[in-house]
Amino acid sequence: MKITQGTFSFLPDLTDAEIRAQIDYSLGHGWAIGVEFTDDPHPRNCYWEMWGNPMFDLRDAAGAMTEVLACRDAHPETYIRVNAFDATRGFETTRLSFIVNRPSTEPGFLLKRHEVGGRQIQYTIESYAAQAPEGRRYVG
Amino acid sequence: MGTKAERYKSGVMPYAQMGYWDADYVPNDTDVIAVFRISPQEGVDPVEAAAAVAGESSTATWTVVWTDRLTACDAYRAKAFRVDPVPGAPGQYFSYIAYDIDLFEEGSIANLTASIIGNVFGFKPLKALRLEDMRIPVAYLKTFQGPPTGIVVERERLDKFGRPLLGATTKPKLGLSSKNYGRVVYEALKGGLDFVKDDENINSQPFMHWRDRFLYCMEAVNKASAATGEVKGHYLNVTAATMEDMYERADFAKQLGSCIVMIDLVIGYTAIQSMAKWARRNDMILHLHRAGHGTYTRQKTHGVSFRVIAKWMRMAGVDHIHAGTVVGKLEGDPNVIKGIYSICRDSFTKENLEQGVFFDQDWAGLRKLMPVASGGIHAGQMHQLITYLGEDVVLQFGGGTIGHPDGIQAGATANRVALEVMIKARNEGRDIWNEGPRILAEAGRWCSPLRAALETWKDVTFNYQSTDTADFVPTATLA
Repeated sequence: MKITQGTFSFLPDLTDAEIRAQIDYSLGHGWAIGVEFTDDPHPRNCYWEMWGNPMFDLRDAAGAMTEVLACRDAHPETYIRVNAFDATRGFETTRLSFIVNRPSTEPGFLLKRHEVGGRQIQYTIESYAAQAPEGRRYVG
Repeated sequence: MGTKAERYKSGVMPYAQMGYWDADYVPNDTDVIAVFRISPQEGVDPVEAAAAVAGESSTATWTVVWTDRLTACDAYRAKAFRVDPVPGAPGQYFSYIAYDIDLFEEGSIANLTASIIGNVFGFKPLKALRLEDMRIPVAYLKTFQGPPTGIVVERERLDKFGRPLLGATTKPKLGLSSKNYGRVVYEALKGGLDFVKDDENINSQPFMHWRDRFLYCMEAVNKASAATGEVKGHYLNVTAATMEDMYERADFAKQLGSCIVMIDLVIGYTAIQSMAKWARRNDMILHLHRAGHGTYTRQKTHGVSFRVIAKWMRMAGVDHIHAGTVVGKLEGDPNVIKGIYSICRDSFTKENLEQGVFFDQDWAGLRKLMPVASGGIHAGQMHQLITYLGEDVVLQFGGGTIGHPDGIQAGATANRVALEVMIKARNEGRDIWNEGPRILAEAGRWCSPLRAALETWKDVTFNYQSTDTADFVPTATLA
């Protein structure tokens, strides 16, 4: 399966030039670029590891790309996303977030059904990969 | 006007003379201001008609009453203070009326509307009356809860940024069993939609009872979430005959883990405010389907403009509101729709007469309301939808998903790919308004569901004249 979180997951993987174009767009709006990675892609895992703080003072797409590539080098078998953060009053939130790296295989999720009374089912979604300890989930 | 004794002598007196017209009145920052389109009967002076509207929507009755003198009646009287002819519409006038804030109960849409659109709409000296817009003072706005979740928090909960959300309404609207209904939900969510939706008239009918529907829909939502790794949702419609029934259904939806419930506008303002409080208390997104609004919003001369309904609903506290598509099958002039979207999404809405917005409106920190575009839209219009509506919007393709020749999943995928490819192109600086069809066709080369969608609906447009249009053209200046 292919996890479809992020703004462009239904498209073919973005090339570095395409990633840079989206970073340019974000910087043009005054948003801060942040790079995050994880090996726990659960849909409700909102705290991916930060590859440093959001780059509030960086206005140059080349600099942001350097960080994307460095994160990819250090963590090739993880999900990596680029976030664009808008600190404007009334937003103060992420305005764009897209995946720029994936592990070579994506085993997906198990849907666990816990049956309770009245035909109700309590659902739990578990990542197959996250059964292994952190750092050993997508090796090879 | 003469002495007080003359003013309060029994008998009938023109409303303007009773004090409901004051051309020199300067509204207070705390006044509620309404602008009405009035069409006086033949021979009725527009100023007197405006004063009558002010009177009938505040303290007046048809004759003088001495009991006014037991009150600070000068303060309680609404004051018409400006009457302008409507450009290009003989016999119609925009009349501006100011109301003291103490005329209204705090936090109550029911009370506000009982005055503003109460008796006055049946008043005989007017042929027709339409409430065009209102300025709600910050002091009064702050007595309302507003959207329980709001656009920013909704996106953070759903983990979806930078693009419109995608939805669809399950079709056929009526008749599916719960199990078959849930199948549609699963297919559409797995194929790429973020939300599926109950229709406005899906409540608990003989062919499908609500509890059964909720159970199957949540199976579909969770299964699709596991299949994609994304947060998914289905708007479970909790509209019912009584508040007790609605609370029961909403509580069950929450217990099943749904992130969103839905209500219809026809349940009424008080019920909407009750559900807004419930949704805030329970961390639920609250979707509002505007069922019924077309009966009073569509005709320009009489009723209530939808921009006012949108304002009231942001105050009452819903998170989603159907607000027009421009290009789809339902009423929607591009300028008027832009004005309504501004009212939903801005922190501060600027006066914009070309878009039908008569006042600056400071929203005073009230959360933002996500507009929903639904009705007769399809993937081939993606460049137009994004250009007109922006990205903080839910695009709902019901027929445009479920009617796809290769199935519901393919329909959903076509919409999602069309959306992502268009956002990507826009962000890259491409001119999507003109290049849109080519951008879609290029994506259709590697995405066969999109190719099939473009082919199936290539000739579908709904080019009819809108009835609800703005009265001011770009070159006009207001005297």
